Amino acid sequence: MSGFISALPGAASQGLIWGIMAIGVYITFKILDLADLTVDGSFCTGGATFVVLFGSGVPVPAALLAAFGVGVLAGLVTGLLHTFCGIPAILAGILTQLGLWSVNLAIMGMKANVAINVIDPKNLDKLWVSLRFVQDVASGKRPFFRHPIVVVGLVTVGVIFILYWFFGTELGSSLRATGANPHMARAQGINTDVTIVLGLMISNGLVAMSGALLAQFQSFADSSMGKGAIVIGLAAVIIGEALFSRIFRNFALKLLAVSLGAVIYYVVIQAVISLSNINANYLKLISAAIVAIFLSVPYWKEKYFTKARKEAKADA
Amino acid sequence: MLDINNIYKTFNPGTVNEKRALNGVNLHLAEGDFVTVIGSNGAGKSTVLNAIAGVWSVDSGSILIDGKDVTALPEHKRARYLGRVFQDPMTGTAATMQIQENLALAKRRGSRRTLRPGITKAEQEEYRELLRTLDLGLEDRMTAKVGLLSGGQRQALTLLMATLQQPKLLLLDEHTAALDPKTAEKVLDTTEAIINKYHLTAFMVTHNMKDAIAHGNRLIMMNEGKIIFDAAGEEKKKLTMRDLLDKFAEISGSSIQSDKVLLA
Repeated sequence: MSGFISALPGAASQGLIWGIMAIGVYITFKILDLADLTVDGSFCTGGATFVVLFGSGVPVPAALLAAFGVGVLAGLVTGLLHTFCGIPAILAGILTQLGLWSVNLAIMGMKANVAINVIDPKNLDKLWVSLRFVQDVASGKRPFFRHPIVVVGLVTVGVIFILYWFFGTELGSSLRATGANPHMARAQGINTDVTIVLGLMISNGLVAMSGALLAQFQSFADSSMGKGAIVIGLAAVIIGEALFSRIFRNFALKLLAVSLGAVIYYVVIQAVISLSNINANYLKLISAAIVAIFLSVPYWKEKYFTKARKEAKADA
Repeated sequence: MLDINNIYKTFNPGTVNEKRALNGVNLHLAEGDFVTVIGSNGAGKSTVLNAIAGVWSVDSGSILIDGKDVTALPEHKRARYLGRVFQDPMTGTAATMQIQENLALAKRRGSRRTLRPGITKAEQEEYRELLRTLDLGLEDRMTAKVGLLSGGQRQALTLLMATLQQPKLLLLDEHTAALDPKTAEKVLDTTEAIINKYHLTAFMVTHNMKDAIAHGNRLIMMNEGKIIFDAAGEEKKKLTMRDLLDKFAEISGSSIQSDKVLLA
């Protein structure tokens, strides 16, 4: 139990980082109504880009921006495969994701993982977030505002603020219209190919930036760090919706709910690891099962538990 | 205003499902013309409309709107010239967006979408006034999601959206077919009122012969991808239901499979 409590701030920080990725997933899955599997690849692309650039002396903000940029490019590839080449969205995402596996290794100099040198205190000080800062803040070695929860929290608020503004603009509204009703969007003169590509680019940019933050946090990038990212993203979106949809109606709050969904997901996972003797290798199976169940519930509710059906059954 | 020159369209060519949908259609509409289009199922009424809207490209022939050749333009680029209302009330509006957001999207038809606000305060007032003219109480529900509206309300809203930027041509694709008779009549009255108000050129596909006779200054009948009857002016005014049924029997011979389709 004490192990769980002491791991809580770290888990919450990590959850917040994944929350930024989940906000990216929200853009494609909820706003564009499209399942984009690129994220499993672009998450690592962001992490790899960041670690390599930072390692060669590029400042953190520039490296983060570059990570966002490569994510945008990954989204562009999937978008063009889908719209220009007519490949179904899911398959387009899988193709990009597969291709990115090689690209990610290439970025990392054909190694499966690359570490950030955090032994050097000067290097460590430059980072925005690190798991080490959690302990440092607790022991008073660093001020509270260096705590990853504070830093990532601020980044999240910034991301939500920008997205809230963007989706209120003419261009952002046309993206929402594309997801809500593509026929109507085209009848109103919206080039739905362009809006879909744009949405995928923004989404994967955020996903890659989230990957860059996670690489910083754990001080390495790993070629398999994005495996299952889409499932975590969906889990966060679903948990956020299930818990907060009744109180959070505003768009900005809905995005916040997604971020909180990711935190809750991570804390629960942490609890499972700490409080039971489950082999950590089963985590992906558990995650998949949880998300599958959550995705099924609305369908079951509609199919088996509507009032009319129940009454019909009672009559029979 | 509209020139359709000898257009052809075959769906699924070379397969067992091959369907010759348009078989050399020619049609010329003058500015202010309001044409009603009838014909049995599969005659090509909606196909002509979709060809004009650019849902897919035609195999041959050309389409000009206000003298501009739009044959090669994709759907979203033709949208600047066209206002459209669909058969399914779900198609014309975005259900998960607000009433005013839907109107704001329509307001920007034909212009570039920038990073300016998606809707302004001044627009909201304009929309409130416009919605009031529908007399459906929607002016008090501007921030409600369109998904909460009834079919008739959605069609009325779509009509408003289609004409918010005055279109060169208003395309109505059996837009009252999915509504109950009373609502259908109301939506049709609104349609007539809006067309008269802005002196719009309109192309209305309908399965209802009575409506086709009652509205517009021109009537065309289609069969097997061709226009087989075209009445305008005085001739159109004098048309009766019996005339149309006779006409149909005469031109298409024994191919009337069911009067029900025509009289529905």
